[in-house]
Amino acid sequence: MEEVDVEPTTTPIPGFDSNQKHLGFVWGPGDILVYETIYKASGGSAGGCPFVHEVRKDEDIYSPILRKLFNESHHIFVGLQRIREDLPSKNKKPQFVSISKNYRSVIRACMEELQQVAVYHNDSLGNTLLSLELIWNLCEVLFIDAAPAGSLVLHLLDWVRLHKADVDEKAREVLASESPAEHQAYWDVVISYVLQGRMDEARQVLVKQAALQPAARVMFKLLDNLLMKMPIFNPGETQTLTEFDVKWRHWREEVDHCLQDQSFASNRHLEDICKILVGDEDVLLEYKELLSTWYHFLVTRLLFSHPTVKPTELHYYAQSSMHMFLDTRSVPEPLDSILLAAFEFDIHQVIKDCSIALNNWWFVGHLTDLLDHCKLLQSHNLHFGSNLREFLLLEYASGLFTHHSLWQLAVDYFDHCPEFGRVYLELQIERVPLDTERKALKVIRICEQRQMTEQVRSICKIMAKKALRNNRLGSALSWSIRAKDAAFATLISERFLQDYCAKGTFSDLDLIDNLGPAMLLSDRLTFLGKYREFHRLYGEKRFSDAAKLLLSLMTAKIAPHSFWMTLLTDALPLLEQKEVIFSADQTHELMFCLEELTSGKSVPTPDKPMQDEDIETTKIELLRLALARNLAMAIVKEGTVEI
Amino acid sequence: MMEGINAKYVSQKISKTRWRPVSSSSLQQPDIFATGSWDNEDNKISIWSIGENGISGLDDEFEGDPQLVCEHKHNGDVLDLQFLDQDRIVTASSTGAVIIFRHHHNSQTLSVSQLWERAHHYPCDNAPCTGIVCNSPEIVTVGEDGRIILFRADQEGVLRTIENADSSTIHDVTFLRTTEILTVNSIGQLKIWDFRQQGNEPSQILSLTGDRVPLHCVDRHPNQQHIVATGGQDGMLCIWDVRQGNMPFSLMEAHSAEMWEVHFHPSNPDHLFSCSEDGSLLHWETSSNSDTPSFLQGGRNTSIVSRSAIAPAGGNQSLISSWLTGDSSKGRLETTHMLPSQTLSVNSLDVLGQCLVCGTDGEAIYVNRRVPI
Repeated sequence: MEEVDVEPTTTPIPGFDSNQKHLGFVWGPGDILVYETIYKASGGSAGGCPFVHEVRKDEDIYSPILRKLFNESHHIFVGLQRIREDLPSKNKKPQFVSISKNYRSVIRACMEELQQVAVYHNDSLGNTLLSLELIWNLCEVLFIDAAPAGSLVLHLLDWVRLHKADVDEKAREVLASESPAEHQAYWDVVISYVLQGRMDEARQVLVKQAALQPAARVMFKLLDNLLMKMPIFNPGETQTLTEFDVKWRHWREEVDHCLQDQSFASNRHLEDICKILVGDEDVLLEYKELLSTWYHFLVTRLLFSHPTVKPTELHYYAQSSMHMFLDTRSVPEPLDSILLAAFEFDIHQVIKDCSIALNNWWFVGHLTDLLDHCKLLQSHNLHFGSNLREFLLLEYASGLFTHHSLWQLAVDYFDHCPEFGRVYLELQIERVPLDTERKALKVIRICEQRQMTEQVRSICKIMAKKALRNNRLGSALSWSIRAKDAAFATLISERFLQDYCAKGTFSDLDLIDNLGPAMLLSDRLTFLGKYREFHRLYGEKRFSDAAKLLLSLMTAKIAPHSFWMTLLTDALPLLEQKEVIFSADQTHELMFCLEELTSGKSVPTPDKPMQDEDIETTKIELLRLALARNLAMAIVKEGTVEI
Repeated sequence: MMEGINAKYVSQKISKTRWRPVSSSSLQQPDIFATGSWDNEDNKISIWSIGENGISGLDDEFEGDPQLVCEHKHNGDVLDLQFLDQDRIVTASSTGAVIIFRHHHNSQTLSVSQLWERAHHYPCDNAPCTGIVCNSPEIVTVGEDGRIILFRADQEGVLRTIENADSSTIHDVTFLRTTEILTVNSIGQLKIWDFRQQGNEPSQILSLTGDRVPLHCVDRHPNQQHIVATGGQDGMLCIWDVRQGNMPFSLMEAHSAEMWEVHFHPSNPDHLFSCSEDGSLLHWETSSNSDTPSFLQGGRNTSIVSRSAIAPAGGNQSLISSWLTGDSSKGRLETTHMLPSQTLSVNSLDVLGQCLVCGTDGEAIYVNRRVPI
């Protein structure tokens, strides 16, 4: 058995004392049902408790704002799966980066909306989303965009700037005030800009101070010059990394020179800025408040000490930055270890830590899927037979299926899990509750599109039975036709025939009259249609056609034996007509059928009431008489020759 | 053709969208629409605004982004929704209830104005009410129980019920004349009912010979009362002339799955719109030399099938399919996809003036304010 990575969290059940009673439980698809048993902890039993508790791990899935996240990201996910495989990966990278940006913008949109709503308990949700976007952005920079040395620092700078937006706010406040240079946050703003590598903004703000101190103009000019001349690597230019390195070292020496010369000794702030520019770590650490996070510290450090850092060297600086910045006594937060794992390019560790820290699979599922498309995940199979990407997507989609509404999204996720997706879908789709016909139609469409004929059948059967129970025979038939369920169609026809025998007329004529090709679905149904046609022909006084039809129903064995008596009885009025309708041959066949029917009848049993027997015998005798008379007339008619 | 049609995600699966009618005298474009949700534990009807100089004062970038004005809880899925007049909305619920909501303009709230609790029902179970059509103050509803019920707004009781009008589910209903309605059901029949006649029998039944495919939607031509369009489970669009017996005028392959709604454009009936479970919304436009639209020119024994209109991935292309009548100069039928990419099922659409709104199972609403009419 694997070792646990973290201590499992305990969830107390309200009103339950574990010292007193034992707890019973059963797993559900996304939750646990928990109940108090009658067994006491100390042995013996006592009265039970009527409550059943439902313990759910993932509450977020029910948040209305997060629903937008699920839906929008589903759209992006499906679009990603459709990117054609045959394009060379060189062309695909910008596409993947843009998809990654799409995912992030969806997260941001949700965050903004949460801020607007600003409900108390959603604050933690907002913070979680913030961290998620931070991690995803870093993964995009390091893994998907895979910036090489030189650009790497620039991308990391962008990353930090995006997540430390309060600088601009502070700057606006300072600049809007009456005397910006005397504002108490003035130097904070300048230094924050420098720490973020935003030299132009820093210079603009510094100008305000320079204006106030004309005496120190030379000093300010010098610093301004240094800030302006700081080399920034430009990947578009033809300048190589080595050339940039040389230029940068040159500049750094110049700054160092100024420091040694004590040029800024009179102004402590300017001197600090200068020290920052040479990457003096002690000074950087003095401004912990402004940096606020160890990764900001890391990036600033890299900017001023190692701007040509290679991706493979990152982890060393990351670890040392974290140690230098954080209090050694404090336990690292989950976010910190995730970011550190990212800097170490340990994708699997990132995914693993995220899985543990978060309570639903949305983030790791989508991120892993994207990384898999970028071919960044080693394909090692897990114990349970599928790879990591599929495992996470299956877990995420299974979680979605427990939601009363989001189950429709899960279908697409299962579709793109080649190993087990179909099996999971088959099991889950049958458990979607079907309250209305419209919902059933949608579920059936999903199954039909994936050739899940078993599921189609079972759903149609459920709906047909429901319709039958409510006496909606037309609906029931419509469902049987959809499922091509001959057995059920037979059942429905039986119902119709029973109704007819009981009431003497057909109900739902609009259905039987208009069966169309559906009639062929089952023999009984065909009989029903034809029998109704016989009645219609009779009503239209097309007696010979009606007679022919009636006979064929028996001779072609379409009619069930149990119904033959009724059919023969229906033939009586035709036999009693003045003109001969049944020909001699037809009459012979009718007699034959009658004999077949009566020969099956055994000796009258004692428990059968005499009345029924009487009626039966009378009917048969009447029929025999009518048939004989008709035969006589028919023979005469056919034998007569017109002169 | 659809610059900037963006999705607005609304955290509920939309089953119906309808524009609030604009008075025929004004030339204004519609700016308010209502939506109903389904498959939620708490369903809602909501009113949205895309007013230009209205409620939200948005800048150009977000022009057309719908803003929620008000909403109200709805018991059961909203299976149909119609505006009775400027202030009142009638909904059909999956619990079998028919509800009238009133929109109070000053306070911008919705409240329940009238409720017929179990209008559609089975002896023991609930039967969903599936379709509504209004001709203020009369309301006609149909349901899974096969009943047709006539109500009058502001009157408590039911005006008339046609019991057991159908042995299968009636999916949709439309007015042919003020006293005549047409219903479609799940065994593929169109039935015409005349309210002037007593009794529970339809005055006419039409259906396709061949497979009885369930029909889900029907709409009448705005100017010509005998022409209706239907759509059903197989995604085929049929145009019928109800005076002419049992054959549809034309059959066109439209969608690869159930067609949920079909609408003629109310003021420009050469244009037809349909939406489907396969996630596409099609705009049908005829351009013919003569006055009658080309899909009404087909002979009685020709069933014309246009090229299948499946959306290419991320495609925006218009598919032109020619109408193969005896005389090929008689006109063309042009089909365009209105949505930028494949989505989950488009459940509902409504078009008024130059504005189109639709709602999907992907919990998104799309609004297009420049439909090329």
